[in-house]
Amino acid sequence: MTLQDLNTSRRGFIAGSGLVIGVAIAPKFLSAAPTGVRAGGDSALLPMNTFVRVGTDDTVTVLSKHIEFGQGPFTGLATLVAEELDADWSQMRAVHSPTENKIYANLAFGLQGTGGSSSIANSYEQMRKAGAAARAMLVAAAANEWKVPASEITVEKGRIKHAASGKESGFGAFAEKAAKQMPGEPKLKDPKDFKLIGTELPKLDTRGKINGTAIFTLDITPDNLLIAVVAHPEHFGATVKSFDDAEAHKVQGVVDVKQVPSGVAVYADNTFAALKGRDALSIEWDLSKAETRSSEELAAEYVRHFREPGIEATNKGNVDDAFKATGVQSIEAEIVFPFLAHAPMEPLDAVFIKSGDGSVDIYNGAQFPAMDQQVAAKILGMDEKQVRVNTQLAGGSFGRKAQFGSPYMQEAANVYKASGGSRPLKHMWTREDDIRGGFYRPMYAHRMRGAINADGQITAWEQSIVGQSIMGKADLDSTSVEGASNLPYAIPNLKVTSHNVKLVIPPLWWRSVGHTHTGFAVETFVDELFQKIGKDPVEGRLALLKDEPRHAGVLKKAAEMSNWGSKLPEGRMRGVAVVESFNTYVGQVVEVSVGPEGTPQVHKVWCAVDCGVAINPNVIKAQMEGGIGYGLGAVLFDAVTLGKGGRIIQSNFHDYRSIRINEMPDVAVEIIKSSEKPTGVGEPGVPPVGPAVANAWRRLTGAPVRQLPIVNIVSA
Amino acid sequence: MVSFTLNGQQKEFDGDPDTPLLWVIRDAEKLTGTKYGCGVAQCGACTVHLDGMPRRSCVTPISMVDGSEVITVEGVSGKEADAVKTAWAGLDVPQCGYCQSGQVMSAVALLQMVPKPTDADIDGAMAGNICRCATYHRIRAAIHNAANSMEG
Repeated sequence: MTLQDLNTSRRGFIAGSGLVIGVAIAPKFLSAAPTGVRAGGDSALLPMNTFVRVGTDDTVTVLSKHIEFGQGPFTGLATLVAEELDADWSQMRAVHSPTENKIYANLAFGLQGTGGSSSIANSYEQMRKAGAAARAMLVAAAANEWKVPASEITVEKGRIKHAASGKESGFGAFAEKAAKQMPGEPKLKDPKDFKLIGTELPKLDTRGKINGTAIFTLDITPDNLLIAVVAHPEHFGATVKSFDDAEAHKVQGVVDVKQVPSGVAVYADNTFAALKGRDALSIEWDLSKAETRSSEELAAEYVRHFREPGIEATNKGNVDDAFKATGVQSIEAEIVFPFLAHAPMEPLDAVFIKSGDGSVDIYNGAQFPAMDQQVAAKILGMDEKQVRVNTQLAGGSFGRKAQFGSPYMQEAANVYKASGGSRPLKHMWTREDDIRGGFYRPMYAHRMRGAINADGQITAWEQSIVGQSIMGKADLDSTSVEGASNLPYAIPNLKVTSHNVKLVIPPLWWRSVGHTHTGFAVETFVDELFQKIGKDPVEGRLALLKDEPRHAGVLKKAAEMSNWGSKLPEGRMRGVAVVESFNTYVGQVVEVSVGPEGTPQVHKVWCAVDCGVAINPNVIKAQMEGGIGYGLGAVLFDAVTLGKGGRIIQSNFHDYRSIRINEMPDVAVEIIKSSEKPTGVGEPGVPPVGPAVANAWRRLTGAPVRQLPIVNIVSA
Repeated sequence: MVSFTLNGQQKEFDGDPDTPLLWVIRDAEKLTGTKYGCGVAQCGACTVHLDGMPRRSCVTPISMVDGSEVITVEGVSGKEADAVKTAWAGLDVPQCGYCQSGQVMSAVALLQMVPKPTDADIDGAMAGNICRCATYHRIRAAIHNAANSMEG
């Protein structure tokens, strides 16, 4: 987005030409009817540009093009705007922007969407420009009113001042006049003059999440609402052969039952009736195209691919010669990674409400809102302009809601369409639907081979990775090999290959994508090699990271925070890992003992992060803490497993175990001071914790972790 | 017909007596702070206070609630509730926020019973509340802060 676009948008509003943000969507969106859907302030909000509204009550509302599901864009984007606007933090608010693919595109993708830890990185200049433009408009309006030169006006903490005349005002009094100003190219601050960026500002969305007033999709409850749930198969690729809904219809409150492409939908007047009705269905599934192999059988097939050459991702030096050299010792390892469900707290859901003019409002935790809009419009046979996607706060995602082609919205729209659309409808998934719903972090198998020469140097590294291509590619999928193909360690001979496996089980990115497995494989294997050659894991890594100062920086910092090398209590061991993902560098040291279940008990994690300019250290630390808990839980406990015949075994949190408070380690986070451009923090906290724990575990017990989750190995 | 009080107001429910309290609160009473997360008392997102005790509303049939007093996050009050909410805000505990109503209700109940909880007390009282964002580190600190703020 250029300033030109900002100006064009603003002119569109003033001229009343129907530019979507100013006229068509905003008023509806700001006064939407369903319970609790509301914008920032109660008073009139005047548009400064497509991202900033100033209220007559002095509130400043930022329209976040990124969905808020806990990773902090409401606060982060508002910080960028407030900085250049010279606003006071207490006057800042944030809401989701409307769906408008061009105006609100993620500049990293070219379409409206949130993912890849890109919210701050792609918004850094755009949101600052939006704030600076709004400031210029307010100053111009004040200069006109006060009849003084704009250059003599200052703005500080939300107050517009003219020192010579003693005039002073808040923003609200000039909001209306400012909206008619045409700003020139605003000048952005020199980072050394930042007042808000880099400070621990409180998050904007905290209060409503403590007192129960925050509204998520599931909380939208218009009158006459119909609740729909879909009975899904227990095998991937299964379809409905026949069904008997007689018992379901007998359930009080069940309104209708319809077959939809993904299963059988039950419609009811309330949620309990819908669930009871679904339980009462009798469905025969056609398994002729279903996956009927077990996870164990799949793993056996995956490792067979290691015999094949694979797709070359990296080939540097000559790996074969290095392994053949005299005196070289070869170390090998195979690691198998399970399917992982994202399991966000709020399972998938969407609400459809038809207006009097036949247009439809959809409320959902839209991670790719414009894609959801396109998909829903197509299924409903409507013009896209007649379908509005209103992004709501979402109870987590971790990647689950970012799907090309929006398969979830396809199901929801099909369910709504089959209902006839005469009543507002909420389509919701249960936890069982969520755990069994696919779109998992795929299964992967890694085979690694390392060469150690007679001098104890690591001379070659060969790695082969087998798994589904998340991007659906026949050739190299960079998300399968990221973190391995660009191995940061200076090893002269490096070869990384990839093997794509096709399954009917739909794959998806899962918080930190390829790094969820490559980070584990690389960081555990390199640690084993260091142990083999008798090198300290920190010193060994640093020696091979001479050309990677940011990796080395976070590793040194984490080691320093933990007082690495100090004497540990009896029965404790430390492990370390360093992973770059999404251009953010994270080093972690963990301290582990054998817990009461015979599994690793993680007592403490020291985490150092380098994400360039730190916009809000409070949010960065929270994301590191949360990423560590999320990654640790998966490595210790989680797998979605297909049993004999391909039936999905897990169904809810009793067998797809989430980390709990008693298993959460103490976490200390430090942020490296940097003047590099800001990069994301939503995902990069995840990858290092697993390998750091596995490294500590191997050094503590002698048992390398070759299969995840760790709980399965220990209890086996 | 089931009669109960919800945040101090008299309520009646004449639907299916097996209906979990969660869905009566959300669907019939349209109080949406209490969340659905699992439906099987595994995650604690639906935690309310039933006659003063923390209770997973997703597995509590409404028939069991007859004559009882139900408090949800919207209605919870008193010095423990004030201390918990202040401490939660002070540390910016929530991330996605979806589980936090349940976390707050469990934490308030803990402090009502144990004004100065140890880490082990916190583990015992809060292990039934899952947070997939893993805000546990701040939850623990916020409970200690809340306990400290209530002293004297």
